[in-house]
Amino acid sequence: MSIDGQSATGPQDSSALAAPGATRTLRRAVIVGGNRIPFARSGGAYTKSSNQDMLTAALDGLIARFGLQDERIGEVAAGAVLKHSRDFNLTREAVLGSALSAETPAYDLQQACATGLETVLGLANKIKLGQIDSAIAGGVDSASDAPIAVSEGLREVLLDLNRAKSLPQRLQVLSRLRPKDLAPDAPGTGEPRTGLSMGEHQALTTAQWNISRAAQDEISYNSHRNLAAAYDAGFFDDLLTPYRGLTRDSNLRVDTTLEKLATLKPVFGKSLGAEATMTAGNSTPLTDGASTVLLASEAWADAHDLPKLATVVDGEAAAVDFVHGKDGLLMAPAFAVPRLLARNGLTLADFDFFEIHEAFAATVLSTLAVWEDEEFGRSRLGLDGAFGTIDRARLNVNGSSLAAGHPFAATGGRIAATLAKMLHAKGTENGRPARGLISICAAGGQGVVAILEAL
Amino acid sequence: MTDKYTQLVSHGLGRNVARKLGLPQPALLRRYKPGQALISGPILVQGASAGAEELAAILLSWDLDVRRHAVPREKLGAIILVMDELAGPEDLEKPVLSAASSLRDLAPSARFITVSRPADGAGTPSGAAARQGVDGFLRSLAKELRAGATANGILLPEGVSATSPSAVAALRFFLSGRSAFVDGQFLTVSTAEGRLPSDFEKPLAGKVAVVTGAARGIGAAIARTLYRDGATLVLVDVPAAGDHLAGVANEVHGTALQLDISREDAGQRIIDHAVQRHGHLDIVVHNAGITRDKLLANMDHSRWSSVLNVNIAAQLRINQALMASEHFRDSPRIVSVASTSGIAGNRGQTNYAASKAGVMGLVRATAPLLAHHGGTINAVAPGFIETEMTARIPLALREVGRRLNSLQQGGQPADVAEAIAFLASDAAGGINGTVLRVCGQNVVGA
Repeated sequence: MSIDGQSATGPQDSSALAAPGATRTLRRAVIVGGNRIPFARSGGAYTKSSNQDMLTAALDGLIARFGLQDERIGEVAAGAVLKHSRDFNLTREAVLGSALSAETPAYDLQQACATGLETVLGLANKIKLGQIDSAIAGGVDSASDAPIAVSEGLREVLLDLNRAKSLPQRLQVLSRLRPKDLAPDAPGTGEPRTGLSMGEHQALTTAQWNISRAAQDEISYNSHRNLAAAYDAGFFDDLLTPYRGLTRDSNLRVDTTLEKLATLKPVFGKSLGAEATMTAGNSTPLTDGASTVLLASEAWADAHDLPKLATVVDGEAAAVDFVHGKDGLLMAPAFAVPRLLARNGLTLADFDFFEIHEAFAATVLSTLAVWEDEEFGRSRLGLDGAFGTIDRARLNVNGSSLAAGHPFAATGGRIAATLAKMLHAKGTENGRPARGLISICAAGGQGVVAILEAL
Repeated sequence: MTDKYTQLVSHGLGRNVARKLGLPQPALLRRYKPGQALISGPILVQGASAGAEELAAILLSWDLDVRRHAVPREKLGAIILVMDELAGPEDLEKPVLSAASSLRDLAPSARFITVSRPADGAGTPSGAAARQGVDGFLRSLAKELRAGATANGILLPEGVSATSPSAVAALRFFLSGRSAFVDGQFLTVSTAEGRLPSDFEKPLAGKVAVVTGAARGIGAAIARTLYRDGATLVLVDVPAAGDHLAGVANEVHGTALQLDISREDAGQRIIDHAVQRHGHLDIVVHNAGITRDKLLANMDHSRWSSVLNVNIAAQLRINQALMASEHFRDSPRIVSVASTSGIAGNRGQTNYAASKAGVMGLVRATAPLLAHHGGTINAVAPGFIETEMTARIPLALREVGRRLNSLQQGGQPADVAEAIAFLASDAAGGINGTVLRVCGQNVVGA
């Protein structure tokens, strides 16, 4: 599959080359396809798998699907939210363990749950600029194999011990150790600046926007039902490669019902006074998994006889001041999407598919609620009125994180590849290519959103 | 891997003990590796016909050491007995007995190959008797040979010369280590079609081949063998086997297509994938198959129908799509994996044997349809092959199963793959609608 005459130092497309310093014409970055491993509930099938294992498996499945063995890809970018310090070069190590050419460069990226989508956008931009012709974006996370740190007290003692020169000095340092210092420091999903977990943060927003329990359960029910139907239809046959005996996402409940979801006890927002509505059924569980997306210039895809599913049109990041309670922790996409659409001259009515990451069912509903709120539109988005409504029939039509699970950094890749396939299948109608919107909220009050268009 | 018993009795103490106790002494078979000589040792070509002369000349042109007369006590790599002009049973004795005197000079893993004509074209009862006689003679001789030596025959109907491409290719196949586990079998070369490769090490160069059921076992071995022979591969297996499939695909630089072949649109999806990724489609190996063993008294709808559906119906549908496609017209090749169960029957496998016998039936009936475009379809029927599947058979049964053939051992997945690679080659264009057994001349079946 290698291209004869490919330059050893730069992109193969002469169209992308220009005189040094000259402004280059932007070209399109396309999604060729994707591959992920099934997502597993934490403590399940992938308990013994490291981030590197899972990312390598996802890469190898992608390589096999598209015949990329020994191929020198322009660049691979991926990341993990829960990452051990020894995995400083996680993505490069995964590349070295994969069937790709060892001459494929790679870098790690981390933007909490937006990691996966940000790798897609960053690499797509490099392709658009002509810096690279091909790329693999991705992400991985293991809540099962999460790194455990030592306490701050023990860490300081160990570092000082290392610097101590004599035995008496060492003994003196060691004498500072207290039993409580020996307790390990496990990672949590708490926000460092508020101490609140992500669920408790969302519960504040849920209460603020009066999101009902029934509406949340319905989002969750639809997610499971849509994902199960997609599996049954073979939709994931070319998006997923089994791993460690798992052939489907282990969080998927094919037999769930609204009645069953209604029986679950609330787990977040119990101390808010208002009725708690967020349950384990309408919140995503801790999950292990990895995903990858193959990106390319059109010329590279053509030269390799590979499909072109969708273009990466544009992306936008936003952040909110959740620390002072101005906005909810997971509400940044509510700001990012209006900015992105305005820049591209689009409205919500111009989209055929909406992929709004289901961190919690209430996150999706809160986002839709603020977009439908005239006051929010005027005072916060600077519009004449409400931003708009979306056709629910176009929302997460093949399921999303509530059913599939949410290995933080892997979610962006899952959504990008899934949406690209849906867009390609829908194709162009009345001269307009099918269009899809991705919205992903992230810890730290951030959000990354993107537009894809069918090819 | 050769089984442990075969390894044990092949050397030193184990060999001596087995010999003294009269235990089976399976030989380590000569199997093909790239760069390996076609055969080591001189080849004795016996027979006075023009065909014998022409064959000897071809062997000489390959720089092989060819004898037209036996040199006493010289170790022979092979004996080729050309009997293409038998008029009556009395014509058998002379060539057969002249070969007999050289049998003791055969080296380990030597080859005995007859070249004769099929009985049904003889024209006279005595001619047919003589020709059919070769069949019984060869099959019996195969059972007498030792030390990994095999005996196989090439059948040439009237009008097909001993030097036609497929006759020559079949001769090479039988001489080489590629046919290690083929024993006591006849290959019929029905036409003078076919083209010898420019490089015998890469007979499938430039070909795009699809292998179904490629994630493991025989399918994975087929993928590796076709890749070694130069083919570009599309590997198909059910989505649930995708991780193993990806591993094989990355090993052979192919593309993985996760697809349930029993889907209605499987044929079209295979064609679309092959054409989009590789521009064309030349070879399809129907290897995917399932077993759902049960005595007939306990058979139910799901066991029967799932086996028949995957093993035959899916293949019929895919073949239909292939033959309707303009992308499958340039000397296309289909090779189906059958089974000796479909020839001899197997207790508890009424469904599987029906499906595999069915495969042989469909292969024969499809042959004339493909011949239109210079295409062929053939089947390979494996006997006892050492795979993960046969490794699950209880030890005693497994031990009996693998010794019940002339080579006294189970075959390797690669042995099946070699036969498939041969039938998939351009050179085998004159071989159509046949079933080649890769069973070490299992005692069951024809």
